[in-house]
Amino acid sequence: MRKLLQPVLAVAFGLALGLGVTRLAGENPWHVLQILWKSAFGSRYDFGMTLFYSTPLIFTGLAVAVPFQAGLFNIGAEGQLTLGALATAAVGAVWPGLPWPLAPALAILAAVTAGTVWGAIPGWLRAKRGSHEVINTIMLNFIAAGLASYVTLYLLKNPDTQNPETRPIGAGYLISQFGIFGGAPVSVALPLAILAAVLVWIFLWRTVIGFEMRAVGQNESAARAAGINTGRMTIIALAVGGGLAGLVGVGEVLGNAGKFRLGFSPEYGFIGIAVALLGRNQPAGVVAAALLFGALHKGTADLDFETEHVTRELSLVLQALIILSVSADGLWSWMKKRSAA
Amino acid sequence: MAFETPAAVELRGLTKRFGSVIANDGVNLRIQPGTIHGVIGENGAGKSTAMKMLYGIFPPDAGEIIVNSKTCVWESPADAIAAGIGMVHQHFMLAGPYTALDNILLGAEPVRCGVIERKKARTRLEALARQYGLPVDWDSPIEELPVGVQQRVEILKLLYRDAKILILDEPTAVLTPQEANELFRNLKKLRDEGKTIILITHKLKEVMSFTDHVTVFRAGKVTGEMPTSQTNPQELANLMVGRKVVLNINVPPAHTRDELAMEVAALSLAGTVAGSRHKLSDVSFSVKRGEIVGVAGVEGNGQSELLQAILHPREPLCRTSGTVWFLGEDVTHWEARDIRDLGVAMIPEDRQREGLLLERPVSENFLLGLQRSSAFSQGGVLNSRNLLAAATQAEEEYDVRPRDLAIPAGKLSGGNQQKLIVAREFQRKPRLLIAAQPTRGVDVGAIEFIHNRIVRARDEGAGVLLVSFELEDILTLSDRILVMYEGRIAAEFARGQVSEGELGLKMAGS
Repeated sequence: MRKLLQPVLAVAFGLALGLGVTRLAGENPWHVLQILWKSAFGSRYDFGMTLFYSTPLIFTGLAVAVPFQAGLFNIGAEGQLTLGALATAAVGAVWPGLPWPLAPALAILAAVTAGTVWGAIPGWLRAKRGSHEVINTIMLNFIAAGLASYVTLYLLKNPDTQNPETRPIGAGYLISQFGIFGGAPVSVALPLAILAAVLVWIFLWRTVIGFEMRAVGQNESAARAAGINTGRMTIIALAVGGGLAGLVGVGEVLGNAGKFRLGFSPEYGFIGIAVALLGRNQPAGVVAAALLFGALHKGTADLDFETEHVTRELSLVLQALIILSVSADGLWSWMKKRSAA
Repeated sequence: MAFETPAAVELRGLTKRFGSVIANDGVNLRIQPGTIHGVIGENGAGKSTAMKMLYGIFPPDAGEIIVNSKTCVWESPADAIAAGIGMVHQHFMLAGPYTALDNILLGAEPVRCGVIERKKARTRLEALARQYGLPVDWDSPIEELPVGVQQRVEILKLLYRDAKILILDEPTAVLTPQEANELFRNLKKLRDEGKTIILITHKLKEVMSFTDHVTVFRAGKVTGEMPTSQTNPQELANLMVGRKVVLNINVPPAHTRDELAMEVAALSLAGTVAGSRHKLSDVSFSVKRGEIVGVAGVEGNGQSELLQAILHPREPLCRTSGTVWFLGEDVTHWEARDIRDLGVAMIPEDRQREGLLLERPVSENFLLGLQRSSAFSQGGVLNSRNLLAAATQAEEEYDVRPRDLAIPAGKLSGGNQQKLIVAREFQRKPRLLIAAQPTRGVDVGAIEFIHNRIVRARDEGAGVLLVSFELEDILTLSDRILVMYEGRIAAEFARGQVSEGELGLKMAGS
């Protein structure tokens, strides 16, 4: 129960603090909160957009949470999701004639594979060469961005537009969108993300490999002494994380754009770190945190024209304040002491 | 009697709570000036807590600390030091690359015009060292000095700060028997010069041989205080544990089989391993089934490296050459998991670092290493019902307290953590048991239990490789004794062939 209370309080505290800041900027915080709420949940369309932004955050939150359980910090979700989306679009652009359901199945497989490979590389480097995964995942983000630009602009360029995007995928690839959200592109990717969270939970808590992975994260020496191959677990953890990030491509390419657009991600990979942190690296927590951050992203979108002094960058401020208050452990023990006294 | 001289230290009704745990519950203690006073008790009995309050590390919730007839309230250890109290911690507080002299001055530098007056300090320290017979090489970096000398430096640190009351926390944990004897000779000299010495320990022999008075702690309370001459080890052990303890278990003679449980040949490890002074050179020995082979030695003479080389022979960081056989199989290039699956159980050297997931529940700790056995998983999916049933039964059989599978392993006491590991490893039905420091930091009651289990494993046909710094483990249990010194096997004895003193000399390399 207390485990649940702390993040909820932290969110409330972070929001209150963030709205307090808007007052310094000369706005009425209550008014700002109303805009946030209305913009995130005010209509079916708004709520749909919130869900649309949340979906990739579920994937990237899981992509950070799984390696974290093995004691690894995956900063590479951004690169992994870029390549996942690129691979999805590439399959669809190269073989546009494939029929449904073979086409999306193949494209999803491509998304997972690309992400997995991009996650396994830093895993392998860590296990075999001992080089730190934080450095390597960051560097692979840059390589992924470069690779995506090259493929998009030189190999699969859409000749019909000036925009940096690939040729459209075949019609057989498109996955269905839910009609009840007033046109917001909420696709089958959302239930897929929730399914992924359930599978991750089963993987972590009910399988031998999940147990071994968590053992490595808890105490590498003890895991090694127990005969667990710690190097293999390192590779698996980052590969699974990469695969999950790669699935972002499904919603974006098959469920929304129908092609790969350079720069489509408003840094989902990095927000995923915050999502995992707020969700305490638990699948259910990640889903809840992704919803919150999706709502923030959508909610702040209207601030630019609805207020005079506050822009949508407030969402970054709010995210930061929520993360700060979640991680302020000292604050919590202080509050506990106060309430005990 | 007690009213003749004012006490050097008196604790009255000292109470300390940590959350819901009562670490000290109305502790009363009187320490006469000019005596060596033993404070004994099991782990978690509250002896260290009481001494840390006396040294000002944390304040008592209730009760009084009276030093030299004055009631004292410490803000921090600095106040206690000013009142003439000093403490040598179990893990030394020394700055590795600094010289012995600088380590002593650190924090109490005699400064004039911003310059440290080393010469003056040195003169004074040399006088102190002469007076108490504590010679030290002042100019060597402290990390290059032997552990016994490092401890001398710690004591000189206190004397330099004019401590009248010296608290020593488990001072012999890292010493050879010879170094320990020398320490106690020095402590007696300090006592005769009028210092008061408080010795925290769980070793009954030290208390009996070197103290004047002794106070026994159990479960946060003082259960006995008496002159050492009026008690005996059995009584002290019973007071510590709260029931009758068998101090020296009776080990029946071994029925050794001809089958080899393990053998290593020409095992070597080149280069130094981080944190250790020694490597392995040309280590060869074997362990038969139904036999306990004890490896004696002072910490840091290659025992850790030997264990790593045996369990992870394929990793180049653990072994540069040599061969390892288990149960007749050449396992030199095997993975650790396959080696363990042969029926190799392992009580690791450092149970918290290598044996447990401290933040995870007892049940998961019980599973660690067994997760792929067919009893606990099928097709890669864990079988939690079997796990809970087996773990519940094992907690009962091995008396792991409290009987709660959900609490984190880190919340168990040291003895119960060790029993949990023993319970887990014996699930493997071991044909070879590697027991490293099986009784380190474990209380008398648990030592008796663990010793009995090791002997039973032997009698059921397992080969046992016992690695321990505690001579008591080695001498009680081993059918054969190997002595490790600087990465080599320096000597070998059969049971009963060697005295403690002789073994100590071999351990020191002579």
